[in-house]
Amino acid sequence: MKKIMSGNEAIARGAWEAGCTFAAAYPGTPSTEILENMAQYKEIYSEWSPNEKVAVEVACGASIAGARALCAMKHVGLNVAADPLFTIAYEGANGGLVIVSADDPGMHSSQNEQDNRLYAPHAKVAMIEPSDSQECKEYIKYAFEISEKYDTPVLFRITTRIAHSKGVVELSERQEVGFKEYEKNVAKYVMIPGHARVKHVEVEERLKRLKELSNNTPLNRIEWGDKRIGIVTSGVSYQYAKEVFGDNASYLKIGFSYPLPDDLIRKFAAEVEKLYVIEENEPYLENYIKAMGISCIGKDIIPICGELNPDIIKTAFFGKQEKDKYKLNVAVPSRPPVLCPGCPHRGIFYAVSKYKDIVATGDIGCYTLGMMPPLNVTDTVICMGAGISAAIGFEKVYKMANRKGKIFGFVGDSTFFHSGITGLIDAVYNQSPIVAVILDNSITAMTGHQENPGTGKTLMGEITQVVDIYSIVKAVGVKEENIRVVDPYDLKATEEAVRDAYNATEPFVIITKQPCALIKEVQKKRAGKYLVINQDKCVKCKACLRTGCPAISIRDGKVVIDKNMCNACSVCQQVCKFDAIEKGGNF
Amino acid sequence: MVKSILFVGVGGQGIILASKILTEGLLKFGYDVKMSEVHGMAQRGGSVTTQVRFGDKVYSPLIGEGEADVVVSFEKVEAARWINYLKKDGKLIVNDYEIFSLPVLIGKENYPTNIEEELEKSGVNFKLFNAAKIAEEIGNIKTQNMVILGALVKSLGLENLDWEGVIKEVLPEKLVDINTKAFKYGLSI
Repeated sequence: MKKIMSGNEAIARGAWEAGCTFAAAYPGTPSTEILENMAQYKEIYSEWSPNEKVAVEVACGASIAGARALCAMKHVGLNVAADPLFTIAYEGANGGLVIVSADDPGMHSSQNEQDNRLYAPHAKVAMIEPSDSQECKEYIKYAFEISEKYDTPVLFRITTRIAHSKGVVELSERQEVGFKEYEKNVAKYVMIPGHARVKHVEVEERLKRLKELSNNTPLNRIEWGDKRIGIVTSGVSYQYAKEVFGDNASYLKIGFSYPLPDDLIRKFAAEVEKLYVIEENEPYLENYIKAMGISCIGKDIIPICGELNPDIIKTAFFGKQEKDKYKLNVAVPSRPPVLCPGCPHRGIFYAVSKYKDIVATGDIGCYTLGMMPPLNVTDTVICMGAGISAAIGFEKVYKMANRKGKIFGFVGDSTFFHSGITGLIDAVYNQSPIVAVILDNSITAMTGHQENPGTGKTLMGEITQVVDIYSIVKAVGVKEENIRVVDPYDLKATEEAVRDAYNATEPFVIITKQPCALIKEVQKKRAGKYLVINQDKCVKCKACLRTGCPAISIRDGKVVIDKNMCNACSVCQQVCKFDAIEKGGNF
Repeated sequence: MVKSILFVGVGGQGIILASKILTEGLLKFGYDVKMSEVHGMAQRGGSVTTQVRFGDKVYSPLIGEGEADVVVSFEKVEAARWINYLKKDGKLIVNDYEIFSLPVLIGKENYPTNIEEELEKSGVNFKLFNAAKIAEEIGNIKTQNMVILGALVKSLGLENLDWEGVIKEVLPEKLVDINTKAFKYGLSI
């Protein structure tokens, strides 16, 4: 049977077909849908872990216990999980262990453009790269086999255009593999220095055997066409190269990309007139081929920055072609991402925006958009968790440099569980009077609404214990009198909390509690509710516009609220000094 | 022969669902098909694009500038932003519906008023209609995506295939009737 599937869906399907019984991940674009799809298969235990390090460790445990286990994360997630990766590389796998890294060339939804292919040689693990959905499904099955046969974790590297592109996939049946026996083996599974020294030697031996495999696996293949141009390529770049050159070039398509197939590369290079490497971001293949003493052209013409597409390849090979295109003489306004209408983050950012000497260290989530005009609150965003920890560094230096100002750190609920807690412990332990604002919207919102330890539900839809943020904050030592829990739709209460926090001399926490306005139940509850502007009362002071709500605009000289977008959060109503904003619809 | 269709619009307009129904249908009717979507940072209000390519054999999921056979714009000014992707003699489908971006809302930038006039001047083959208004009249503004999809299917010359069957397969039962109605209306545009 044929089905149209995204790469992420195909990975889940492939894992299921391979007899996988265990999956763990932390959500992150473009990897999120892998686990969402895994959870659809009843034979697989699937979980959202609090962060990627935990996800990989949980999967390591499952693999050693004998299950075929998969974990998935976005590229920066593998940085968080690098610690277990580098050591499980020594310990190897019992049940197959596959770690999916979804990179984001072009940074559609990421803070950097790191190329995680470089992790494979660094951690000394096998790596596989599919080029479309069908290969996602087939190669993931292969990855589990290799993992068990060669006793290695396998890094399965995809990119946004693999993860989020759909293509036709031929489905197969599931192969039940059950669980392997676990036998206690401390030399293999307890990495004390004495064992690790032995293991490192074994890892190097393993790499030699894997290189042998790389030269012979069907995942690395030559497609002969015109031999005047020879192209070495992997991942989605292969599809772009085929689009541009078709049969007018020969290809060495790399699907098994660590260790690389020396013999195959030499054979290919010897038979083509000119050798090119087409790859996104880092010159991973190119540097390797050059180090073999083979000359090739790669980053001389293909850019390192940004994602590739057929147009860029055409320009690189044939120069800029003038295309017959349409152009309108229209001044097109920009359309940056914005906090949604009714977003609960708006109230707290609005309250903080009134203080000109607050420095706001932000974090990864929808609330990164607290940086956008007209709110203009956020000063820094680095990585998950840094919202709280970077605030501490700021506070210490502000104090040493005798600068006036107060430091507020912002994290979401899911981010707090991910890596905000340790930052807060640091603030208490090292007595840093920062204000940590935990924006609890009861969901992992930006990646498309995933459950987290605070929502009371698991990935598999089971009801579970709620991990209570307030209790954690108290337990790490923030004094009760320095904690405020507020509804960010209640602007007065929110402003009072911000004022108390601003004046505090000890570590202080504000927890804003209000579910994301896009949660289905919330939308149902507020369906048909909206606010309207009473034009007789409106003096066009534009105070409501300064909340940055996309439902409010000026049309034909009047301030109006779009009733289809508004869900009556009432923040604008509280901002209006002229009582010009009134209830409409079915209250 | 590979045909390329670029969908553009604003988060929350149902673009991804419309392109999903199109791709499911194309697969059912025997084409090789690839679709690529970009999830931006914002759930609502940011730019959204999806690209669909179909034919005997499709390699790249991406469409280059000047290469789309049809550009389908769910929002008016997005048509002007993306028209450079349309190939000469390609077709442009535009929802005559304005969604102000934040810089426009807060008065930092202006929403252009000359789009229709410029479309006329450019000589491009375009259809301009207010799918949101049509959908509201049908009974639910959220079905505007199906009105637009209907218009697209018509301009691709694929209206004789069993799209109603595809809609039934993809959508939950209670939404089938109203969406089919919206789709059929789109076919008549």
